[in-house]
Formats: sequence, structure tokens, C-alpha cells
Amino acid sequence: MVKINGETRDIADRTLASVVTECGYDPARIAAELNGEIVPKSRYESTVLKDGDSLEVVSFVGGG
Amino acid sequence: MWEAVDIIPSKAEWESALRARCGDALYERFSAAHVAVCGLGGLGSNIAVSLARAGVGRLLLIDFDRVDVANLHRQQYKACQTGLYKTEALKANLAEICPYTRVDTVCERLTRDNAPALLSQVDIICEAFDKAESKAMLADVFAESLRGKYLVSASGMAGLGSPNGIKTKRAANRFYICGDGVCGTDGGMRIFAPRVMLCAAHQAQTVLRILAGEEQ
Repeated sequence: MVKINGETRDIADRTLASVVTECGYDPARIAAELNGEIVPKSRYESTVLKDGDSLEVVSFVGGG
Repeated sequence: MWEAVDIIPSKAEWESALRARCGDALYERFSAAHVAVCGLGGLGSNIAVSLARAGVGRLLLIDFDRVDVANLHRQQYKACQTGLYKTEALKANLAEICPYTRVDTVCERLTRDNAPALLSQVDIICEAFDKAESKAMLADVFAESLRGKYLVSASGMAGLGSPNGIKTKRAANRFYICGDGVCGTDGGMRIFAPRVMLCAAHQAQTVLRILAGEEQ
């Protein structure tokens, strides 16, 4: 099981890229943190989620 | 009646007052710090003023845009500066407010390609862009090639929601996000001076906390 934004989901062994797409995130507006470290987008395809991982996906909103 | 004086405090007086205010240890940390402010709008112009006042020794201001009349209700520019590049207008304002802060400027758009080199010398990066895509781009450049630094970002400060909605969150190692995370301009929400200043204050305070070693 993997925690995404605090919610436990059965998505171990999947790539970060596929999870981001499936959850409907726009990759151009997000930052993903896996176990407390920000993951570069160049590694979304090669990052495989493991049992016990904690993933936080931040969707930025405009304004500044 | 008192009269205005043109004489500003000397550098020694300035330093002495800052040391008395924050103590020698913090003074040394703040004055040795080099902080980049990426985007000089409602967030960035307010962050820069706060950090300069707090005694951060060196600021790098980055923006490609000019001061527009529509900026004046929430950004730290004067009506007479309309049309100037934000980099030069803010540098001039900081020179009046805090004359001994070293201020460098880059008047170009920060991109995925130029960011690593432009930001290579700073300790802490403040993301103060307007567009969600630019915020995400800088977070990705940080993840890819600027990991030794800190990134203090912002997301969600539009509208007239409660000021108490603005929070600072440690999103990841060396990566902080300030804001309510929700209220963006994408859906047409407008930005009001107090709430964007609050978010900028969160960012500036986070910079000071990082410099002080109080990272959590």
C-alpha cells in the first residue's frame, strides 16, 4: 500500500508517471514528493512506488 | 515641529542597530546570506523589502517585466515608477529603504535553461511567480539541479478569504510552500494587497527561519 496525500491506496509497483496520470494531475503544474524528497520530472517514469511509500503531490495554483 | 533630514544613518549605525535588534549570531547569519527572489510582483516585491529590512546581506532580484498601473495596488512600486523595469524600480526602492543591502538584478525571464546558472550562487530561492506552470518549473529545476539550496515557494493567496488560511508547509526536504494551496487566480479570483503580503511575509519569515537554523 502507498499513501498519496495521506490516503492509503493499492498502487505499489506502479510508476510515479502512471499514478500521476491516472489521478488526473497536470504534470506541468505539480511537484511530487516521495518519502520527503522532491522527485524531478525526468525520473517520474523510472520511479517505481514501493509498499510503505508516502507520496505527496502538490498542484500549484496561479497568483503572485 | 521637527524637520525632515536628508542625512541617512551611516553603515556603522545601521549595523549596530541591527545587531542590537537580533543579536550578533543572527546578524552574522542574515548579513552573510544570499537570497534570490524570482518574480517581482505582489509576492516578490514584498519578500525583497522584508528580507532587506531584516538584514539579509545580498539579494538577487529576477524579473523580465515592467511596472504597470495595475500592479500598484499590491506591489512595492510607486506611481512614478510606472513603465520602469521592476528590477530597476525595486532596486531603487530598496536603496532608499535599506541602502546597505547588496542588490543584484537580472532583467530576463527565468527559464528551465537559464535558472541553474543564474541561481547557482544563492543559498535560498524564493519562488514568487504568477503562473502555476512557472512555480512547478522552478520546483522541478530545484529537484533536478539545485538540491543543495532551499526553495521557498507560494501557492494560493488570491481572493478575500480569511487571512488565517495562509500557512507555511514543509513540503519536502529543503522545500517549503506558503499559501492556502487552493485560492488561485486561474478561476478569475483577484489578488488583494493584504493577503498577498501575508503570503510574502510567510515566505520571508521562512527564509529567516532557515537562516536561523529553525527549519521545521
